[in-house]
Amino acid sequence: MNMNYTAEELAFRDEVRAFLDEKLPADIAAKVKGFRRLSKEDHQRWQKILSEQGWYATHWPEEYGGVKWTPVQKHIWDEESCRYGVPRSIPFGVNMVAPVIIKFGNEEQKQRYLPRILSGKDWWCQGYSEPGAGSDLASLKTRAVRDGDHYIVNGQKTWTTLGQHANMIFCLVRTNTEVKAQEGISFLLIDMNTPGITVRPIITLDGEHEVNEVFFEDVKVPVENLVGEEDKGWTYAKYLLTYERTGLAGIGLSKAALQHLKELASRRLKNGRPLIEDSSFSQRIAKVEIDLMAAAISNLRIIASVEGGGVPGAESSMLKVRGTEIRQAINDLARRAIGPYAIPFVEEELDLDYEGDFLSDENAAPLAAQYFNNRKLSIFGGSNEIQKNIVSKMILGL
Amino acid sequence: MDFRLNEEQQMLQDTVARLVRGEYSFEKRLEFSESDLGFSEDFWKQLGELGLTAVPFPEELGGFGGTGVEVQSVMTELGRGLCIEPYLQSVVLGGGLISQAGNDQQKEQWLGGIASGETRAAVGLQEPQSFYDLNNVETRAEKSGDSYVLNGRKAVVIGGHCADVLVVSARTGGDSRDADGISLFLVPADADGLERRTYPTIDGARGCDLFLNDITVGADALLGEEGKASDIIEYQTGRAIAALCGEAVGVMEVACDLTLDYLKQRKQFGVPIGRFQVLQHRMVDMMSELEQARSMAILAASVADEPQSDERRRILAAAKNVIGRSGQFISEQGIQSHGGIGMTWEYNFAHYAKRLIMLNHQLGDDDFHLERYATLLQAS
Repeated sequence: MNMNYTAEELAFRDEVRAFLDEKLPADIAAKVKGFRRLSKEDHQRWQKILSEQGWYATHWPEEYGGVKWTPVQKHIWDEESCRYGVPRSIPFGVNMVAPVIIKFGNEEQKQRYLPRILSGKDWWCQGYSEPGAGSDLASLKTRAVRDGDHYIVNGQKTWTTLGQHANMIFCLVRTNTEVKAQEGISFLLIDMNTPGITVRPIITLDGEHEVNEVFFEDVKVPVENLVGEEDKGWTYAKYLLTYERTGLAGIGLSKAALQHLKELASRRLKNGRPLIEDSSFSQRIAKVEIDLMAAAISNLRIIASVEGGGVPGAESSMLKVRGTEIRQAINDLARRAIGPYAIPFVEEELDLDYEGDFLSDENAAPLAAQYFNNRKLSIFGGSNEIQKNIVSKMILGL
Repeated sequence: MDFRLNEEQQMLQDTVARLVRGEYSFEKRLEFSESDLGFSEDFWKQLGELGLTAVPFPEELGGFGGTGVEVQSVMTELGRGLCIEPYLQSVVLGGGLISQAGNDQQKEQWLGGIASGETRAAVGLQEPQSFYDLNNVETRAEKSGDSYVLNGRKAVVIGGHCADVLVVSARTGGDSRDADGISLFLVPADADGLERRTYPTIDGARGCDLFLNDITVGADALLGEEGKASDIIEYQTGRAIAALCGEAVGVMEVACDLTLDYLKQRKQFGVPIGRFQVLQHRMVDMMSELEQARSMAILAASVADEPQSDERRRILAAAKNVIGRSGQFISEQGIQSHGGIGMTWEYNFAHYAKRLIMLNHQLGDDDFHLERYATLLQAS
């Protein structure tokens, strides 16, 4: 047993740190660390810097412009980038549709789409869930009917994250209604500017516009936008979901959030003393820190097994459940730490260039909203109930 | 033993229920919340006309002489409608403090208006550093001849933005966390030196922080005996806790109803999702939390207007602890049972979920009251 990084891995970590010290814009890091809003421009600016470094596409083969990192190197990147306040990469292009195109797409699609993802020309979003197809994704109803050189698409997608910024969407559509639900689904790439597409915002309970509904009304999609074979989309979708699930545990994000919580609890007062010195509150922090410690090692065990050639299986489902519960627990404590000041919603303080007086702590404004927003963690990417179904079926054989 | 409301109490609750059903649709609530005032002036007037703002006051003020049970009945229905009018702040807390501590002249000046709804009161008892400890007061009231000069800041005064009069605590003696030396003052909203920083609350209501900059008030603004307000504040926040428990039960009832309906209607994998055992058990847990909360709310109401005692203190701390925990459970598990739809602004469940979490940040959260209960336990 050896839980230490090798000399090469340590050198890589130094390289990552040097890069982030030099290249990560301070304003972007401040927004991430203070849970402020990031603009589309912020994301694009950072993506450009990463692309120039050649570190944007960590899941891609080198021939397409990817960087060949080991699972441990990816882990080091994840840890350091969370610690530094690197924006969460918008995964839909680089980490979701791209691996599918690389594995199942034709040469023309690879030549066309991959460079545009690398350069940031295309902003992708995901058209999976529908109003009637959430946990039961295979029951999706959006229809694509072949008409000469095109498919005619009709239907509705929902929970499309950052669809308002996107110019491309990858969709699961039904091309065959005669067969079993899973066997009649195809994987289509659709230009968001095609006539007949309407994007409608969904405002979440914290007042944010992050997700959207996307409506398709007689949308003409060229047949060359089909990935792989018609009716085989479910296989590609499942392949993509394994990519989605890795990283959903958010260990690095939890570590950053915990650090933020401790700093907050050192500034806030209870009975004239810093809250972090209060025995019941410090025990609450201690408990979540211990849970996180265990989950971090579980995460490393999965990484080490993948490094050794294994495939992450249902273990990542367990980790997704635990990891999201831990992050939600940290958000709960941060909300509690500001006491009565969780109640005001001072929206203007969410902007980094806010120059007025802060109502209480400079980082208080986003905390209650963030607590509510992150209730999504146990719902998206396969709800935690679905993850438990996977574990009970795949590992326990129940 | 009989836990049912008597006929009069039931009529009272039905009156509020009818009013809320008629006037307070979900869509209207969003409008009220976004209006300039931040709630419905018209609905507030109707509360007054129906005598509901007078419920806890004596008959000569047009009231019912109602106690904790009557106040709770009103609050439960306001909770069911997710009403954002400052009933708790004006009628229960503001009116309560003046009733208990005020002299005849002060009562005459303010209580009639508060009972009729024509005057609105709000209370500033917390401060930026106080967390939930209302004896932690740094706002100063310096005596100067026949007047007092107030300086300091009061935090998160719900309903303070629209109040005609503010009841604030300030220190006339003692150190910043002493129970002794706290006094209450009546500060008219238009007092020179009073600044209000108004904001929406995350659960759709409105509040403000009060900045008191050399506010000069006469000796007639002192509410109760100088330096002796701590017990009065404790007693009246106890009444308010019982009222909040009532509101919480109303909010939880609707949250549970909505979730149960959703489990029956929403189909996945060809069946209503309520057929899945994991969701059935979760729903049962939510209902049991609601019943635990309801029991504690009843208990709290029964002691709300009883003379102060350690027994009353313990019950109220226990009740607030329970509603804090059950509220959070029902909020979080209700969202989870709904999935994404439970997190959207357009669907009413999310707003019930937010109110339940924010109830826990008013008058002390479950941690605060657990600690308070444990301290009372050790002292007994």
